[in-house]
Amino acid sequence: MTRDRGIDRREFITAVGGGVVVLVSVGPSALLAQDRRRVYPEDLNAYLRIAGDGRVTVFTGKIEMGQGVMTSLAQMAAEELRVALGAVEMVMGDTERCPWDMGTFGSLTTRMFGPYLRAAAAEARAVMLRLASEKLGVPRAKLVVADGVVSVTGDPSRKVTYGELAQGRRILRTVGDTAVLRKASELTVMGTSPQRFDAHAKVTGAAQYAGDIKRPGMLAACVLRPPAHGAKLTKLDTAAAAKMPGVTVVNEGGLVAVLHADPEAAAKALASVDAKWETQAPAFDTETVFDHLVKASPAAAVLTARGDVAAARGAAAKVFASTFHKGYVAHAPIEPHTAVAEVQDGKVTVWASTQTPFPIRDRIAETLGLAGDKVRVITPYVGGGFGGKSAGLQVVEAARLARIAGKPVQVRWSRAEEFFFDTFDPAAVVQVASALDGAGKISFWDYVVYAAGDRGAELFYDVPNVSIRVSGRWRGNGTEVHPFAVGPWRAPGANMNVFAKESQIDIMAAGAGIDPLELRLRNTTDARMRAVLEAAAKAYGWKPGVAPHRTGRGRGLACGIDAGSYVALIADVAVDRATGVVRVERVVVAQEMGVVVNPTGAAMQMEGCITQGLGYTLTEELRFRGGEILDRNFDTYRVPRFSWVPRIETVLVRNDEVAPQGGGEPAIVPVGGVIANAVFDATGVRFYRLPMTAERVRAALSPEKRN
Amino acid sequence: MTKTIRFRLNGKPTTLETDGSRTLLWVLRDDLGLSGTKFGCGEGICGACTVVVDGEAVRSCSVPVSSVDGREVITIEGLAGDGALHPLQQAFVDHGGFQCGYCTPGMIMNAYALLRANPKASRDAIVKGMEDNLCRCGAHQRILAAIEDVARGKGGAS
Ligand code: FES
Ligand code: FES
Repeated sequence: MTRDRGIDRREFITAVGGGVVVLVSVGPSALLAQDRRRVYPEDLNAYLRIAGDGRVTVFTGKIEMGQGVMTSLAQMAAEELRVALGAVEMVMGDTERCPWDMGTFGSLTTRMFGPYLRAAAAEARAVMLRLASEKLGVPRAKLVVADGVVSVTGDPSRKVTYGELAQGRRILRTVGDTAVLRKASELTVMGTSPQRFDAHAKVTGAAQYAGDIKRPGMLAACVLRPPAHGAKLTKLDTAAAAKMPGVTVVNEGGLVAVLHADPEAAAKALASVDAKWETQAPAFDTETVFDHLVKASPAAAVLTARGDVAAARGAAAKVFASTFHKGYVAHAPIEPHTAVAEVQDGKVTVWASTQTPFPIRDRIAETLGLAGDKVRVITPYVGGGFGGKSAGLQVVEAARLARIAGKPVQVRWSRAEEFFFDTFDPAAVVQVASALDGAGKISFWDYVVYAAGDRGAELFYDVPNVSIRVSGRWRGNGTEVHPFAVGPWRAPGANMNVFAKESQIDIMAAGAGIDPLELRLRNTTDARMRAVLEAAAKAYGWKPGVAPHRTGRGRGLACGIDAGSYVALIADVAVDRATGVVRVERVVVAQEMGVVVNPTGAAMQMEGCITQGLGYTLTEELRFRGGEILDRNFDTYRVPRFSWVPRIETVLVRNDEVAPQGGGEPAIVPVGGVIANAVFDATGVRFYRLPMTAERVRAALSPEKRN
Repeated sequence: MTKTIRFRLNGKPTTLETDGSRTLLWVLRDDLGLSGTKFGCGEGICGACTVVVDGEAVRSCSVPVSSVDGREVITIEGLAGDGALHPLQQAFVDHGGFQCGYCTPGMIMNAYALLRANPKASRDAIVKGMEDNLCRCGAHQRILAAIEDVARGKGGAS
């Protein structure tokens, strides 16, 4: 902890600008201890301010990348404060104005940060009531508050506004997370779907992203890139570029770049750079990577061990053994990684397309040898992240180049750079063996996952004999198991684990002639899981039946738990035998996520999950040969399009007993499984590898294969 | 080579002295300050850079600025009349036809050209017409609903 770099509370409130400021402090937790360059009071999780004009400003290190938290967090604050939603303003992802935050990922904003924010707002309301009680000379119990106005019960003419109460004051309050929050039954702003805060800006083109930031004298940078990961530069000649008017060439510490005011001129200059590279012979590629993963992954760690798997296996009448595969998947946000950096008086300011402004600030400080308070990261709207904007290489590049060039610099990756430097969702392998007893109960479950990590690997079915092992993880810098960097991708690892698990459940159901819904219900007593399964079945109109029907059309079922939420999916598909194209026609998704802050926002995330999930399930697989990436744009790397999108019906299963849970990721995790199960029902062919491309489906269904 | 390019931009006569081979996208964004038009792929594949030229959707990343000489260009900034959103913009707001919003200007401009050519477009025609505009967030279902609403006259299509 570097307390000396922080500012104290008095300075802090001065900097914030007076009014009533409420801080939430639950430190020092393990999370908070991660911040080594805290500028703010050390133990600060959230804060908000009520100004003299009655406006409420919420400061949060979280960022808005489409998931809608700008609005849903404001709803939480408005709810507890009892102000109109329109009175709340959000300041997000600015390392100089917002409390430290580890980053926006893992569907943690609502479930982890939400309670802090609500506590701050609840405390602020208590402060307002106390001030009002003094001012009006009425005991607190006699006061009511609505829309930021405190009035006397039964005598509404005696009232005072939050603004009047906050005016001219400088009050700083700190609370723990013990504030009394409003009960689920009392909520009026949470649980509604107001117009999103970002709506107007986003439909008019006014919304600013990192690439829209213009600074005086700014140069666009094009960085020299290797043809393959692991390639070494053997020859470099930048003379031609250096001669071009307006071009600055940078070659420092392994960073070779050309800069020009016009991005096209910079790109031209880069094309004139003569570079030779030595590449390594490819050791494996898209098709042969799986053997490598199993061999190269570290020894498996035991996630779960109970009962006697070997004995149960020995006693099983029929063992179902399967191996599942999935390739690398790109994040491919439509906004590429972008950053603008500027150095002024020894201080670096960066506008970045990032999910992790604070860790990035630290990384810049470290790279440039600066103190944390000499770096400020500002996060405008982020044009999609999905986990991919947690790394931030482009931000560091922009900061380095700005310092070297002595001018503001923009780094905006081309689509090819985006596909090259992405931290991909790793290719992975799962091996699983399991069996059913005579009563259709799962008797044992023996599971090992390579390279995807443990998220989603845990079993929620009630099985007496279980062994779950996890070898390797979804994060890597490209020097260990994977040929390039891999990292978090929307519900990291869970897509693979749930695909394997839920396929295996259906394999057993079909093998034993049991309806897939019935088998799941028979094997889980978890009330939340049963509730979403039943809700999905009801919304879909599920009739018991055993797969496969082999009619070319099929239905599938899959479920999962992620980010504290429960989700069940039922999908209808049509499979064209001639082309191998799988068309997903309808998806019913039932999700239980505790108290729902914004139902429309939740539905949008569920729909986004289903739609994005179609990609990793049906087409998306990054093709590579050794360190060379073969997909460079959306022409060969096919992401979901309008014609693919099924009718998506979302069902929110109410559970006010549970605090709000994550919503950005859960519904994507069962997509691979639900479609694989539906394709099996349609064709009788089981697919063990994602994506189920048209080519693979056609080959598997060809008459020679099917005899 | 530097040449004089005259066109109407969002209803206003505009004159530029610039290298006519420069890409329209960067001229709009950097010279004319219209940053609502986005870069997504740079190769005409994603549609984030879509603007409307003489009523037709054009991928501004793939045409030189000289190609708009003497023509009428509309960008996302030119769609809303004095303060009021265009029906398509309003429908996108009402239906939540965006998440991160980065594809949104291109989506709206493409839909604008589509409905201009086919004001009562069926759902199938809309799907077909929007097929090559990519949205990674998966806002598709709501984008379609928004455009359909306008095509059915619910938003008072212009
Ligand atoms: S940026 Fe023009 S089509 Fe993608
Ligand atoms: S809303 Fe994010 S890409 Fe479409």
